[in-house]
Amino acid sequence: MIILVAIKRVVDYNVRVRPTTDQSGVEISNAKMSMNPFDEIAVEEAIRLKEAGIASEVVVASFGVKQCQETIRTALAMGADRGVHVETEVELQPLAVAKLLKTIVDKEKPGMVILGKQAIDDDANQTGQMLASLLNWGQGTFACNVKVDSDKVIVSREIDGGTQTLSLKLPAVITTDLRLNEPRYAKLPDIMKAKKKPLETLTPEDLDIDVSPRLKILKVSEPPKREAGVMVADVTELLDKLRNEAKVI
Amino acid sequence: MEYDVVIVGAGPAGLSTAIRLRQLAIENNLELTVCVLEKGSEVGAHILSGAVFEPRALNELIPDWQEKDAPLNTAVGQDEVYFFTKPDKAYKIPDLFVPKPMHNKGNYIVSLGNVCRWLAEQAEELGVDVFPGFPAADIIIDDDNIVRGVITGDMGVSKEGNEKDNYEAGMELVGKYTIFAEGCRGHLGKRLFEKYELNKESDPQHYGLGIKELWDISADKHKPGLVIHGTGWPLNETGTNGGFFLYHLENNQVSVGLITDLNYSNPFINPYEEFQRFKHHPLIKQYLSGGRRVSYGARAISKGGYYSLPKMVMPGAIMVGCDAGTLNFAKIKGSHTAMKSGMLAAETIVDAFAKGDEGGQLLTDYVEKFNNSWLHEELYSSRNFGSAIHKWGPYIGGGFNYLDQNWFGGKLPVTLRDQSKDHQLIKNKDDCDKINYPKPDGEISFDLLSSVFLSSTNHEEDQPCHLTLKDNNVPISTNLKYYDAPEQRYCPAGVYEVIVGEKGEEQLQINAQNCLHCKTCDIKDPSQNINWKTPEGGGGPNYPNM
Repeated sequence: MIILVAIKRVVDYNVRVRPTTDQSGVEISNAKMSMNPFDEIAVEEAIRLKEAGIASEVVVASFGVKQCQETIRTALAMGADRGVHVETEVELQPLAVAKLLKTIVDKEKPGMVILGKQAIDDDANQTGQMLASLLNWGQGTFACNVKVDSDKVIVSREIDGGTQTLSLKLPAVITTDLRLNEPRYAKLPDIMKAKKKPLETLTPEDLDIDVSPRLKILKVSEPPKREAGVMVADVTELLDKLRNEAKVI
Repeated sequence: MEYDVVIVGAGPAGLSTAIRLRQLAIENNLELTVCVLEKGSEVGAHILSGAVFEPRALNELIPDWQEKDAPLNTAVGQDEVYFFTKPDKAYKIPDLFVPKPMHNKGNYIVSLGNVCRWLAEQAEELGVDVFPGFPAADIIIDDDNIVRGVITGDMGVSKEGNEKDNYEAGMELVGKYTIFAEGCRGHLGKRLFEKYELNKESDPQHYGLGIKELWDISADKHKPGLVIHGTGWPLNETGTNGGFFLYHLENNQVSVGLITDLNYSNPFINPYEEFQRFKHHPLIKQYLSGGRRVSYGARAISKGGYYSLPKMVMPGAIMVGCDAGTLNFAKIKGSHTAMKSGMLAAETIVDAFAKGDEGGQLLTDYVEKFNNSWLHEELYSSRNFGSAIHKWGPYIGGGFNYLDQNWFGGKLPVTLRDQSKDHQLIKNKDDCDKINYPKPDGEISFDLLSSVFLSSTNHEEDQPCHLTLKDNNVPISTNLKYYDAPEQRYCPAGVYEVIVGEKGEEQLQINAQNCLHCKTCDIKDPSQNINWKTPEGGGGPNYPNM
């Protein structure tokens, strides 16, 4: 079984971002970019399934600017077998990504697609669900445990107040949550080897997909500044403030 | 893994070494493999500099840098030098009296981090393997005392030192030659200094702590190319040396910073607070007010210059750049000299290989190349600059520097040496006045933690503390007792805190996650009890345009 993993190049989780001066987006010039952490978990899970003899090949796909290839190389250094890059300068939205992924699924015929549950830049949490719908496959989102059982996959999902366990028929779409696994560090020799692994480059036109954005960002602004706290003299004053100023009791 | 040359550190010195090595290899049809290790999560993540960049070395290294889109975007236009006499008064030093090395015509205002990102691309195109996120944690020295390479740090070790599930052992990187280009106070460099007695015949290194912020300012106040330097207030209130800068870059940004010499004596000095109050001087505030601070960071600087230059060669290795201390303090610039020192190292190594050298030799040719280069000439001519100011203060020392540099071209037959060690100059707390720093206003000045936040620094939480103490008792029994624990103040990241434990006993808490890798604690600790080690790869600041 081939496993397809979708990975996104995002601004690194350590970087403190801020809105651009014209509020049209987020300032990330020369900021460190890296693989979306949930996608890293997806790559790790696929590699583990391969190491367990369940998957035969792990293919990673990333869409966007040229530098996405660096992100693909990172996944290859972790242990994925080959990469597919669809290069475009257009800012990709979840529906476009899902459509692109579908064309790759049609071509590669994977038994499973694993994605991060969401990307840490736009926090959309839509691509996996949209892809499952386009493919008409079952979906196991927010996975914290994945077990393949012949033609089925048992997925434990993180839900409010506990976990829910589903049995899905393969092929299926799975999106990863934080507790699924802890991704490995790439080793130096593997980074060298990754440079030689196959990486196919395509364009949206090659796949005949219209990726133009359907949603328009009106404004990106900072959350309001937190105001300094005040010290109250006694319980009476506290109650008074809670009742009359904050109006919470 | 084996390489012909292993380079530690992807700064200007390390990357220039790598580029020059590969250029010469291609020119001479030599097979020559080169790798560069970098502890930052990416190239440039740990680079912090003013920076006014003198392109002399770059012109030699990559003459067509302009066509190759090097990020040297803002040529220096106007140069202003001030002496801040009071919190609200400044004396502009007439251009005529400014020491020559401080003139910046022909230089560029850059983000050195971005220059390094670009240099790394050039290096990779030439076939260099650049490995960000992999710190060199240890040196391989064989039984004959020959440096054979380095070992990268282990990944996935817990706080207690146990192997976690994702543990990866460090790797040996063996090289015929190893280049140490870690920057100021490199942690391996420090060990090489001891092991090979590199500074036996030189003066102690002298250091400064540079703290810098990047600001978006309003377009009507922005004067691209304007360079402002100066000294005086607020440091002169405590008799401390140092200086400040404010550079107008592109895109309505200015970079502003204060360098506090680490030979200061009053243990109550807080370089971070000095920097915050400095920004309130009207000459600086006029540009910042209404603006938005976008980044913060700090880094120590080796500024001892010529007389502090150590022996730079060991069997199997060369030390280059600020790791050795090639900064030209008179120009307040170290990038072009660091680059040149790396290029000379590369030329030395290729010459040696061409003669059939198989590595591990003591490359004394490097010393000769160094001594015959413009780098030596430049450092020699400004050899007295720093010590004149240390000895006589900014007025008389500055006057001497003006005469020496402008009238005699640095050729006054004078030798001013400075044998003192920065950490020994700190005085007993009882002999010094406490300093009351003003509260930050949240517009021009800020509290420490919101600043550290802007450095985007982070370290994996569950790992051994990389700020190690030789003796756990010293912070309280000596540092607190005699110096009021100065690490609480000189650290520009709030790493060190004296807290009261459950039983009422005082103890030093080390918040290693905040560390900016500036190395000040390793330098200034009066007991030399703090030993900075490299944390797990990728940890530390993530500077974007610093």
